[in-house]
Amino acid sequence: MSFILLIEQVLNGVQSGVMLFLMAAGLTLIFGVMGLINLAHGSLYMVGAFAAAAVAAATGSFLLALVAALAAAALAGCLIEMTVIRRLYDRDHLDQVLATFALILIFSEGTRFLFGSFPLFLDIPAALSGPVMLPGGIQYPLYRLVIIGVGLAIAAGLFLLIARTRIGIQIRAGEADREMIAALGIDIAKLYTLIFALGAALAGLAGALVGAIQSVQVGMGEPVLILAFVVIVIGGIGSIKGALIGALLVGLTDTLGSVLLPLFFANFMEASAATSVGSSLASMSIYILMAGVLLFKPTGLFGEA
Amino acid sequence: MKSLVMAASVAALAAGGAWAEEGKVKVGMITTLSGGGAGLGIDVRDGFLLATKMAGNENLEVVVEDDQRKPEIAVQLADKMIQSEKVDVMTGIIWSNLAMAVVPAATAQGKFYLSPNAGPSALAGKGCNPLYFNVAWQNDNLHEAAGAYANDAGYKNTFMLAPNYPAGKDALTGYKRTYEGEAAGEVYTDLGQTDYAAQIAQIRASGADSVFFFLPGGMGISFLKQYANSGVDLPVVGPAFSFDQGILQAVGEAAVGIKNTSQWNKDLDNEANKEFVAAFQEEYDRLPSLYASQGYDTANLLLSAMDKADVSDAEAFGEALKEADFDSVRGKFSFGNNQHPVQDYYVREVVKEGDVYTNKLIGPSLTDHADAYAADCKM
Repeated sequence: MSFILLIEQVLNGVQSGVMLFLMAAGLTLIFGVMGLINLAHGSLYMVGAFAAAAVAAATGSFLLALVAALAAAALAGCLIEMTVIRRLYDRDHLDQVLATFALILIFSEGTRFLFGSFPLFLDIPAALSGPVMLPGGIQYPLYRLVIIGVGLAIAAGLFLLIARTRIGIQIRAGEADREMIAALGIDIAKLYTLIFALGAALAGLAGALVGAIQSVQVGMGEPVLILAFVVIVIGGIGSIKGALIGALLVGLTDTLGSVLLPLFFANFMEASAATSVGSSLASMSIYILMAGVLLFKPTGLFGEA
Repeated sequence: MKSLVMAASVAALAAGGAWAEEGKVKVGMITTLSGGGAGLGIDVRDGFLLATKMAGNENLEVVVEDDQRKPEIAVQLADKMIQSEKVDVMTGIIWSNLAMAVVPAATAQGKFYLSPNAGPSALAGKGCNPLYFNVAWQNDNLHEAAGAYANDAGYKNTFMLAPNYPAGKDALTGYKRTYEGEAAGEVYTDLGQTDYAAQIAQIRASGADSVFFFLPGGMGISFLKQYANSGVDLPVVGPAFSFDQGILQAVGEAAVGIKNTSQWNKDLDNEANKEFVAAFQEEYDRLPSLYASQGYDTANLLLSAMDKADVSDAEAFGEALKEADFDSVRGKFSFGNNQHPVQDYYVREVVKEGDVYTNKLIGPSLTDHADAYAADCKM
């Protein structure tokens, strides 16, 4: 394998990690502050993608589509927080899993009811399409570079929000001691709704950004949701920093594993057997990574016991 | 009380077909109507129901249930259909893993099964059964047709891509069975994978002159959109599963010009097909896909057998099915010794007609083609 190909694959890994981060950030905030396991987070990702596809089809503008994705996912987030999720904070995790799983089914069939059973079309804007030449002769799709940029910018924004703003202080306080900040006169219900909407909006944005290079279809959120859970377990539940590091680790392991493992086995195996064994091992690699991390850091890389 | 009910149901079982009215056939359709793969099941169902509506045969009753693409649910539904609905014929399953969970059990209980889509090799060779008919294709067939096309197009060094599950391995096996060139690379991706950047980079570096891929449904949409945007411009060939009418609109411009192989296309020149395409558009206000054509053919095959024999006489009904005496939308259609299709396969090209992306027939790929497992079937 050439060095250039390796660099290209590292970029691919970073890009997929950055997208995972947008999903995992919301999930980890919601879990960290409210102690809620939200399986319906993948549905919010789907809501974002469908809203973007619908608006892009109607207006032709990708920027408007992104705005619509953010708005629709945040709105859907507010709605389910106020009607369903709010009743779950004091229940145990099993009840939360059951209720949010029901939300997945409601969102999936609701989306099918509105948009039909066939995948929707959402394309990247013409200005961002096609490959660009990077230094060193690497040809790389421009849109993926933009995704990396947008994702890192949002990560930076989130750090600032949490470290430097009043809302951020409340979020951190909420993670540390829920009862106490309620006692200090902070409207905890409003804070929870706000955090939930923020997490939802990030998921919706990820759905729209990724939807443009993948297929916008019912059920698109669930595979990402599973990866996002792996990310927050690796990173440490409730930690934004952990989510970022975890997402990058998972993205890189997944991408490089699927490329390098078959090559590795090809050194001492017949080609098609190496492909088969390598691919199978590669699809396990992120779970092996998770198990490895948990072995040495049972609360995740940046988690607190 | 309980034993009374038991006794009653045993008596009912013993009475068997005697209760069924002469000439009536009850069909149990288990197919995927919700979740990710719903588009395929909906097309099969709509094609099937269209044919029954057009025939207007009041002796045919159809019960439709949704398997959610889950084997365990398909098995439950099959039990329910056989035991409480008392269906005579079953059909509808889209996915091979679900077919493997349901078909052997259904045929073992004496029910006919007509497959409108899935054609796993296990049911075509040693596992063939007099009650099992495949009306679509054996899983390998469309890939074999793609390999044959690659030879005609002069491809010598193909990069091959399929998901890491049984049908994905069958796909590469099928392609290599007919393709005579070299393999520039063989890659198995995760089932349900949505990002193909890593594989596209491998394709770019591999020195291939063409790409063969089998990535059904949403996986194909993702791959094609990313491939079109990557700057790699090698010719792509694949089976029709990534280019059916249901998903082409979601791929858009990225699919135009790509050659794919199928046993059917909407512009196939025969009367039955013209009637089908017009009626389908009239009824559902969209273009039919190959899945819809398979559902339609399955229903017409069943109707043709109902005209000739009574379903309670399994042997005669099986004979009548095997004659395949109906006007297939594929033109000529017959069954081989393993009751799988012997039919022609075609090369199609994705084109844009007005605002709609669709396929245009280019020419034949394989004619009178049977499957590679027929010889293992002792029937």
